Amino acid sequence: MGQMIIDGQKVEFDKETNILEVVRKARIDLPTFCYYSELSVYGACRMCIVEIEGRGIQASCHTPPEDGLVVRTNTAKLRKVRKNILELLLANHDRECTMCERSGTCKLQDLAQRYGVRQIRFGERDVKLPLDVSSPSIVRDPNKCILCGDCVRVCKEIQGIGVLDFAHRGAKMMVTPAFNKQLGEVDCVNCGQCSAVCPTGALVVKSQIDQAWDAIYDDSKTVIVQIAPAVRVAVGEAFGLPVGQSTLGQITTALKQMGVDKVFDTSFAADLTVIEETREFIQRFSEKKNIPQFTSCCPAWVKFAEQYYPEFLDNLSSCRSPQQMFGSVVKRYYAQDLGLDREQVYVISIMPCTAKKFEAGREEFFVANNPDVDLVLTTQELISMIKEAGIDFASLEPTALDMPFGFATGAGVIFGNSGGVSEAVLRNAYEIVTKEELQNVVFNDVRGHEGVRDFTADLKGTEIKVAIVNGLANARQLLEDIKSGKAHYDLVEVMACPGGCVGGAGQPISQNGTNLRKERTKGLYREDQRLQMHKSQQNPMLTSLYEQWLTEPGSEEAHQALHTEYGSRRRIDTEAIKINQPENAPVDIQVCVGTSCYLKGSVKILKTLTDMLQKDGYEEDVKLRAAFCCQQCAGGPVVIVDDKVMGNVGFEQIPEIVQLVKSKVEK
Amino acid sequence: MSRTAEVDLNVVDWLNNVIAEHGSTPSALIPVLQEVQKKHNYLPEELLTYIATALNLSPATVYGVATFYAQFSLDPKGKYIIKVCDGTACHVRGSLPIYEAIRKRVKLVDGKATTDDGLFSVETVSCLGACGLAPVITINDQVYGQVTPEAIDLIIDVLEKREGM
Repeated sequence: MGQMIIDGQKVEFDKETNILEVVRKARIDLPTFCYYSELSVYGACRMCIVEIEGRGIQASCHTPPEDGLVVRTNTAKLRKVRKNILELLLANHDRECTMCERSGTCKLQDLAQRYGVRQIRFGERDVKLPLDVSSPSIVRDPNKCILCGDCVRVCKEIQGIGVLDFAHRGAKMMVTPAFNKQLGEVDCVNCGQCSAVCPTGALVVKSQIDQAWDAIYDDSKTVIVQIAPAVRVAVGEAFGLPVGQSTLGQITTALKQMGVDKVFDTSFAADLTVIEETREFIQRFSEKKNIPQFTSCCPAWVKFAEQYYPEFLDNLSSCRSPQQMFGSVVKRYYAQDLGLDREQVYVISIMPCTAKKFEAGREEFFVANNPDVDLVLTTQELISMIKEAGIDFASLEPTALDMPFGFATGAGVIFGNSGGVSEAVLRNAYEIVTKEELQNVVFNDVRGHEGVRDFTADLKGTEIKVAIVNGLANARQLLEDIKSGKAHYDLVEVMACPGGCVGGAGQPISQNGTNLRKERTKGLYREDQRLQMHKSQQNPMLTSLYEQWLTEPGSEEAHQALHTEYGSRRRIDTEAIKINQPENAPVDIQVCVGTSCYLKGSVKILKTLTDMLQKDGYEEDVKLRAAFCCQQCAGGPVVIVDDKVMGNVGFEQIPEIVQLVKSKVEK
Repeated sequence: MSRTAEVDLNVVDWLNNVIAEHGSTPSALIPVLQEVQKKHNYLPEELLTYIATALNLSPATVYGVATFYAQFSLDPKGKYIIKVCDGTACHVRGSLPIYEAIRKRVKLVDGKATTDDGLFSVETVSCLGACGLAPVITINDQVYGQVTPEAIDLIIDVLEKREGM
């Protein structure tokens, strides 16, 4: 506790860890590029400088508050320094603002306006670096990077991955994936949080608006749109409506005006996910097999697990995400109801998420070269389209969604919140386990904003240990605790983005993410309250879907249409280490030294194999390489002899490999 | 770019020993990179990925460190490493014309630092501490003082002859 004087006002401080927070508490909007309260303090941009009596100019973000300090935030000196910083940043920055994806939401543009930077005394940068468009979700433009490091820290600290980092030095410094590779070649999980914190257009959501218009204009296509839960409580923000207010009806009106044929609700598919996932959970729970069960709705989490935790892939629910269940149901069954081929139906998802773009492109979700979901647009892209179409969104009358897939229960709607999937599953599991009707549908223990929450749900004597995680760094910690036996759970819900889907990187960009997320979360819980039904099992449209097509939850048909499988995935495209490359050697051997195999001792296998080949005189007959991940992690250590993949290789198999080499050489 | 620099038979074995010596912790990164640089004259990408795995770091971070320090190189270097001193004393005595003369002589274009035949690498260094001999160059640690663009021709002639060119 203490008191400071900021621009003449007395300001109390308590738990604030730096002067910047105290200044903002005094309702002075001190500018920053590199400060996020949820990330570590970096102090790179120097925009938050203040003058402290007796100490001169200090960066307020990493100066702790002290009792009695006299702080000024607006002096002639500070103004000059800030303007200079902006001018220098702009000297090195692409200035084609009109064509930038982030025009209007760019912090650099905003601050240059606020500080009246009207002239830049330096020429433009003459070297233009190429764009990185390799990722299905994110476009990286190094020419717009101001080196604030926000993306580096969000990826490392919130997601626990570290795809991006600073490379090179001085004037050549840049933020890049390892080895200057492209985002699509490394372990990026496409969560897009880097683009959500990027103050400029250096990292943006990959826009697919043109494809959406093309489909809408194409008369031979029936365009079907699904709207994810978290989208309805975010679109209004862009049109001056209260944050967290659901605008599902207005979105429907706008989409219909734009020329979309049918508008449905992804929450319907979420209800379907609840039914399938609860059934799967209860079966695993009673058999004590593949417990804990992890949720699989979040495509960033799924890719993360495939890359880092192949040993847990059997624990992931085999349920497809609601987006993919929707696409599958529409193309498989609903198209038939309409008397159309799947190619004539064009499914567009509106998602709060950038990773959904990646998910829709996964080959498991294609049937005869035609994807279940043709195109994924983020909330941001939908907003742009509404603006482009000149629709006065705020004054639109709401329209009801189309049937049958426009009908959802509250359980499907709260999927957009962290904890929502767990709560929806518990509402269903309770009735299945206890065979009684659930009266109070609200599970308060599940709700909250913390990155990790756990509790035990008591279903009348049946105790289910539930953990809810958001942020993949938290997920990593939890998985390590489960692995080491420190933690035991039955059901684990993982969402990559802070707060769950409401905090997805496809949502409108804002400077005040945390508060917005909380309002959107409340908005979804209000929607649940407002709706007539709160349990997925009550959804009458679901009942008829099972009757007409799927027979029953967990049936063979349901598995075909609604479930999937996962495989381990390489993190980085790096060439194998060449151990020995004799010319004209007839046999090719790769020993995997990717992390999973490395930890299982593959290096010792490699060494022993090398020695034995040498001893038996086959050294010149084998091209030997140490490979980085053969995507067979569960069966590691892996050795590949020509095209024969051998799993779980131990020392006792090495003579077998040498024998194989011998027979090949003799041939 | 050729990535087939001589990686010897037991490179993984050797690297494991190096890592074991320095400990599998992030703080071991720079000493490990120094050993790899010393042995191979550059840092092969695949070894950096391996080191990242072993030290539990992200490959991007390892790349960041490897590109930050001038002592590390990510490209295979030539047999003869020519360092042109561009410290203040050498600079005022005309080190840049010498640098350009060397590049022209060994036919280096487009900002490349190593010749396609892998024979010569040309780089500038800040100060070799031999200002009395300015302008100075070193070729594989042999020092040549008070060089002129004309002298460069003679020096390279000798080296090329030695290589049978």
